[in-house]
Amino acid sequence: MTVFIIRRLMQAALVVLVMSFLVFSGVFLVGDPTEILVADDADQAERQAIIESLGLDKPFHIQYLRFLQKAAQGNLGESFVFNEPALQLIMDRLPATMELAVAALLISVVLGIPLGVIAGLRPEAAYSKIIMTGSILGFSLPTFWVGIMMIILFSVQLGWLPSTGRGDEIHYVLGFPTSLLTLDGWSHVLLPAVNLALFKLSAVTRLARAGTREVVHQDYVKFARAKGLTDRRVIFVHVLKNILIPVVTVLGLEFGGLVAFSVVTETIFAWPGIGKLLIDSIGLLDRPVIVAYLMIIVLLFVFLNLAVDICYSLLDPRVRLQDIKA
Amino acid sequence: MSFIRRLGVTAVAMAALAGPAMAEDITIGVRSEPSSMDPYYHNLGPNNAIIGHVFARLVDFDPNQQLVPSIAESYKALDDTTWEFKLRPGLKFHDGSDLTVDDVIYSFERADGYTGGNSSFRIYTKGKTLKKVDDLTLHISTEEPYPLMPNDLTTVMIMSSEAKGTGSADTNKGIEASDFNDGTATIGSGPYKFVEWKKGDRIVMEKYDGYVGPFDQTWDKVTFRFIPSEPARVAALLAGDVDMIDNVPTSDIATLEKNKDVSLSDGVSNRVIYLHLDQFREKSPFVTDKEGNPLDKNPLLDPRVRKAISMMINRPAIVERVMEGVALPAGQLLPDGFFGRSPNLKPEKYDVAGAKKLLAEAGYPDGFGLTIHGPNDRYINDAKICEAIGQLLSAAGIPTKVVTMPKNVFFSRASKGADGEPEFSFVLVGWGSGTGEASSPLKSLLATHDPSKGWGASNRGRHSDPKVDALIGQALATVDDEKRGKLLAEATDIAIGQNQGIIPLHYQVNTWGTRKGLTYRARTDERTLAYDLVKAN
Repeated sequence: MTVFIIRRLMQAALVVLVMSFLVFSGVFLVGDPTEILVADDADQAERQAIIESLGLDKPFHIQYLRFLQKAAQGNLGESFVFNEPALQLIMDRLPATMELAVAALLISVVLGIPLGVIAGLRPEAAYSKIIMTGSILGFSLPTFWVGIMMIILFSVQLGWLPSTGRGDEIHYVLGFPTSLLTLDGWSHVLLPAVNLALFKLSAVTRLARAGTREVVHQDYVKFARAKGLTDRRVIFVHVLKNILIPVVTVLGLEFGGLVAFSVVTETIFAWPGIGKLLIDSIGLLDRPVIVAYLMIIVLLFVFLNLAVDICYSLLDPRVRLQDIKA
Repeated sequence: MSFIRRLGVTAVAMAALAGPAMAEDITIGVRSEPSSMDPYYHNLGPNNAIIGHVFARLVDFDPNQQLVPSIAESYKALDDTTWEFKLRPGLKFHDGSDLTVDDVIYSFERADGYTGGNSSFRIYTKGKTLKKVDDLTLHISTEEPYPLMPNDLTTVMIMSSEAKGTGSADTNKGIEASDFNDGTATIGSGPYKFVEWKKGDRIVMEKYDGYVGPFDQTWDKVTFRFIPSEPARVAALLAGDVDMIDNVPTSDIATLEKNKDVSLSDGVSNRVIYLHLDQFREKSPFVTDKEGNPLDKNPLLDPRVRKAISMMINRPAIVERVMEGVALPAGQLLPDGFFGRSPNLKPEKYDVAGAKKLLAEAGYPDGFGLTIHGPNDRYINDAKICEAIGQLLSAAGIPTKVVTMPKNVFFSRASKGADGEPEFSFVLVGWGSGTGEASSPLKSLLATHDPSKGWGASNRGRHSDPKVDALIGQALATVDDEKRGKLLAEATDIAIGQNQGIIPLHYQVNTWGTRKGLTYRARTDERTLAYDLVKAN
């Protein structure tokens, strides 16, 4: 297992390095950020001074080597726009995104599993058909459109929930800032979290339904029923436990996706997380922030994969880590 | 469900309880977030607007960009090269310390020597020598006569020299941008005190009770929320989460006008949308014959061809259809009411027959091919305007391809291609006059591109005419307002009227949406300011 983990970590380092090069050269090719950052009426000397102060007058390889040199010391560069360390900008915003992702994950689990089990137990019932049709909508409707519709319905027409932003009061739990300890915080997070969760919710529902359909025909379920166990015990113990393994695996992997690709939801709901930061940074060609963001996301995915593989081996004794292609 | 219902009830109850008391707090949903609270870090629209609540300036602009005394109670030119500014007596910074000429000089030093920012205020501070006469009297002198002194002073904000007791020899006086972002050094004398900045979310300010100056303090607490997405900003206004939004999208204006809970305030801006044409290359890369083959001679070098193109553009139709009526057809650099305008120039009339005649005179009876390049996320409806121009020109005999791209790609290519010269032949861009008069666009867009003088920095068509340069130079050295206005108007007449150096299309009209009962004094400089948001009477 130790060998496996070490091998994985070395691979992770390589992936991050390649990633940094690709992103760095990609953003370099797009263009010169000074043209966007500079005031309209700045003269040529002023423009040149900015180019020099950002180090953009150097050739690509020098810029990249300088970046690597600093990165090796844990400094991913200063944001061109904010003149603050890119890493710190991201870390400042990460809690808001985490909060949103966790809320979305909770919604997809808490709603998705029961819905899937219900649909799986009585596949022919009308309500099951409604659930499955709903899940198709969840898959296929664009997040952007759904988000706007939710704002129009729940904020503009009904006035139940705030349309944008994050709760005012921030409390610290074990060092992590969160707005979810107040009702106001939840009222703010509800719409964006549901919006972000829709896709995962549909996925979980379908997974749970498929799992249930498969499990109810297994011998041990039939045996349990034959023993005369109550429906409740059959469903909650025998069925639910067995469908959880694929669901947990998928959720673990998808959590990375929730964090990394909450861009659309954060933009619509003006949620002050890293997705919004990324979009703003791309618009302004803020190279250090874009590179740092993507490196952190790559690391996140690598570690989530690793964690899932390890959990898998713990959950299912038949799986040995050596057998998983590292 | 019951949870949501309870929420709804709570919200209603809270609104009912808090009615009159909350009315003095205001939340404004703005599109753009500033990049710093440091007043000299970045000379950029959102920074200048929001930081300007906290830091006052010597002279400022009213909503129509007319000069109003702010920290300076009065000012006058003593002679051609020296200006005298008298500060208001008894002004205090938010921390209670006195505002004197020393603070002004300190602020200018920090602005002038700023290192590490993104476009500094040096273009306004350079060449000026500040001399303290007494605590409230300041003399600013220049080597050459300099008429734009008061206009330049509307840019530099004044900070307290004791904001953070530091050695003044250090870089940026030893104060980092982060000291402003967390409030340590954010001590000005403006109408609002800085409270906090939650990055990506909001900036909060509260009324400064000791404020003396030209601006209204209608609100006790002001919150700026940053909502870049257009539908979300409109929804936030409709949902009552914010009391005002800026940059109302033109496509929503018709719907909002019918909504009785919302009022709209609009006004023409100082921003003209116009076209640059390649006037420096014998062979221009995006000018071809009708089959798309390169042309030996660049027809855009001929003013008659440029005039013909201008005549092929149906400005009223673009304003009506593309801009949904929210713009004004343009014939020069600034709309009515600005200093240095030409009284002679009107928007070019739509006249395809006349244009074809001119083209034939110039030796292109059959027209030629062209490509228009423009941004698609910078100006109001920019990509649609490019498409409309493409269609109008194609219909009139100049088949035109349309290429639009995001601003982060467009501007660096439009200014400097691979060879360091502008890459495109025919581009759509816009220009807002920060100084509120005609010399700024003339100097940047139509004066000969000359890095040593700092002229023509945004002259992406490289128009060049020594007569125009001479008139601009003369105007910039003429302190007498009337004479200078005439010189600027004459320069405009030649550069646009005679030479067609650029083709003006329209002036942008900006729209702010407020909840019923409020009104915004629409500003020509496009700034969104809490002190121009007032109760409708």
